[in-house]
Amino acid sequence: MRLFIFLLGSIFFSFTAIAQIDPALLRRTAKDTSGLLLNMDAVYNRPFLQLGKLPVALGGYAEANYQYLQEDGITEGHQFQMRRLTLFVSSSISKRIKFLSEIEFEDGTKEINIEFASVDFEFAPLLNLRGGIVMNPVGAFNQNHDGPKWEFIDRPVSATQMLPATWSNVGFGVFGKKYSKDWVYAYEAYLTNGFDDKIIDNAENKTFLPASKENKDRFEESFNGSPLLTAKVAVRNRKIGELGLSYMGGIYNKYEDDGLELDKKRRVNVYAIDFNTTLTKMNTYINAEWAWVNVDVPETYTEQFGRKQQGGFIDFVQPVIKKPVFGFEKSVINAALRFEYVDWNKGNFKSTGDNISDELFSIVPAISWRPTAQTVIRFNYRYNWQKDILGNPPAKLAGFQFGVSTYF
Amino acid sequence: MKKTRIISVIILIITGIVACQKILPGAPPDNELLDGPVEGLSYDENRRFLAGDVAFNDEVFTSQTGLGSIFVATSCGSCHAGDGKGHPFTTLTRFGQVDSTGNQFLHLGGPQLQNRSLPGYTPEQIPAGATFSKFTPPANTGLGFLELVSDADILAMADPNDANADGISGVPNYEYLPSFIAPSQNAIPRNGKYIHRFGKKAAAYNLLHQTVNAYNQDIGITSTFQPKDVYTGLNIDPEVSDVTVHNVVFYLQTLKAPIQRNQNDPEVLQGKSLFIQTGCESCHKQTLKTGFSTIAALSNKTFHPYTDLLLHDMGSGLDDGYTEGNAKTSEWRTPPLWGLGLSPNSQGGQYFLLHDGRAKTIEEAIQLHGGEAQQSKEKFQQLSVQERNNLVKFLKSL
Repeated sequence: MRLFIFLLGSIFFSFTAIAQIDPALLRRTAKDTSGLLLNMDAVYNRPFLQLGKLPVALGGYAEANYQYLQEDGITEGHQFQMRRLTLFVSSSISKRIKFLSEIEFEDGTKEINIEFASVDFEFAPLLNLRGGIVMNPVGAFNQNHDGPKWEFIDRPVSATQMLPATWSNVGFGVFGKKYSKDWVYAYEAYLTNGFDDKIIDNAENKTFLPASKENKDRFEESFNGSPLLTAKVAVRNRKIGELGLSYMGGIYNKYEDDGLELDKKRRVNVYAIDFNTTLTKMNTYINAEWAWVNVDVPETYTEQFGRKQQGGFIDFVQPVIKKPVFGFEKSVINAALRFEYVDWNKGNFKSTGDNISDELFSIVPAISWRPTAQTVIRFNYRYNWQKDILGNPPAKLAGFQFGVSTYF
Repeated sequence: MKKTRIISVIILIITGIVACQKILPGAPPDNELLDGPVEGLSYDENRRFLAGDVAFNDEVFTSQTGLGSIFVATSCGSCHAGDGKGHPFTTLTRFGQVDSTGNQFLHLGGPQLQNRSLPGYTPEQIPAGATFSKFTPPANTGLGFLELVSDADILAMADPNDANADGISGVPNYEYLPSFIAPSQNAIPRNGKYIHRFGKKAAAYNLLHQTVNAYNQDIGITSTFQPKDVYTGLNIDPEVSDVTVHNVVFYLQTLKAPIQRNQNDPEVLQGKSLFIQTGCESCHKQTLKTGFSTIAALSNKTFHPYTDLLLHDMGSGLDDGYTEGNAKTSEWRTPPLWGLGLSPNSQGGQYFLLHDGRAKTIEEAIQLHGGEAQQSKEKFQQLSVQERNNLVKFLKSL
């Protein structure tokens, strides 16, 4: 509650202060136009607003939407949602020491999270130290998740319901980049606090990595004293696109407590590949991510909780009209399409040898209008097919979503 | 720009196809669903039904909320997907009783095997020397109607000495009531024992009895009705509230009866006649009636479950050497056949029939009948292929 009051006070003070000064003093921070930005740069590749020569820059984004969804004839009716309000504060403490924080309010004030709060020390382009609350660089979406960057209202199911995006933890790590003509190579590696045994002991009735986000203590202490390793390498070519390979893994269970051995050490391992490119001739943007999860689930536990999972998404975004609309000079209208798939329980039943289902496939056509690059108005149609663990006839969910998202 | 337009058109076409096919998925026809309430519930009854629905289908137990430490499933819905029959994945294993003298293995974890455990715990094993049987979870639909069949009506169908010499001699399972169960008003006890009617061996008196046992034996959840923890054997605090248990019982009582499909199809009609002619209906009684109920929608109704709620000797082929209550090891309560055709929708697209799911088709299930059903099976075998198909088609229409 104190944090909430403090944040509200800070926001109020900041905006009041800004309102009393000459708007001409406000300026956007310089934007990287090299064409060699990576997903790992997303955290700083945001439109910050800076006051004069003050070392602090502010920013944020908001997402609100309307939706009407129906599952097998049953609907919750018309829903209006304020999904997110996110505030960024960055500071250049010195030329090579930077701080950035990202605080997110989800579903009104139902959830308030510090998603990112780290200090970066640049020793050399290939060696930077980052410490604080970091976003574990598994896949691409977890680091590059800002609503205004996407043509789709819902975040990818595989990224949020299989992988735990957005997934942040306290820890330290190193990262670096090397540029060579049209190429940029990058790496990141962090040791952080990690998962807990809720990933296989939760009310979702499935192996569910996001269940560990319920453990707010993870910002104060590790559940089992074992660090989670997250590492990623990425390469981008100005013409070809970006490819990322990432790994996240560690021990998730409490194997000992107060000096007593309780269980063997059980690991969770996540592997992900991500790719994005823009087809130059047609200016079609393609963005994809696929991940595999392996969890050491005890043999004597229920098969309800899968030992293997896999899933991912692929987005196609095609600019259709690029011309002024309603006076917005850089207006772009896009047609977009997302395919996504998640299998939460990859394997076979011991009792029958049959495939365990527990999977979802969805297709999301979309139309978006970007009056400016930083603001998007989007209209989505979603159709999901979701099968239960036994593979019974799928629950079909479909509906329309309309929303806005913008940086500010 | 031409290519851009082509791609745009492709995307729009895909959008159109998907959207036009079924913009918003409608509800499946009512006769293809097993869940949903009986018609005519009041406002209050609908609210209780919904609360029970959530507790039954949505509440998943975890170690924090009392799961286990040893268990079979994590929720009610895990065993009864869509309120239909279960899958071998959650088949229950019962052990330790061979006759009416009771279960001799209660001190070793009987009567039910909790074959799964929380991490770090060890699940149960069937003790040496114990016989056992596997029970596929049954469908839930229409249970409220079956609960309200009077003892007098059940006794009227019984023929323990086969007085009519038709080879069928159904008997009720008389057993003592647990302390938390009050007998129904029309109960007809015998020597302090009451007619039980639910479960494969008709060893559960009513839906409260069944629900309390399922919470305790299947999920490892204690209640004020059954406070004994299956792992430690100690009485512990309740892990599910009385209100939730009563809501689940109400939900089970007020689930609608399955609705027959294609009942006017000539082949189905011929199959129905053959079902009666071959003597299947001697046990799988087509029509029963409820007595008075405070739930008006269930009170004094005629319904078609295709059971007599009695125990029948099914022969040595289905005798696992395990029993419950006063049933013999070869005796099984006649399972209701309503909803049979919808079983694949809850069993992963397949049939797992008979008490342990050993039959993968309806025809195979019939062929595995023996004992009192031997004559009916032989009559079935003598039917032409078309007639057999029609009989099976009738059963699938239920």
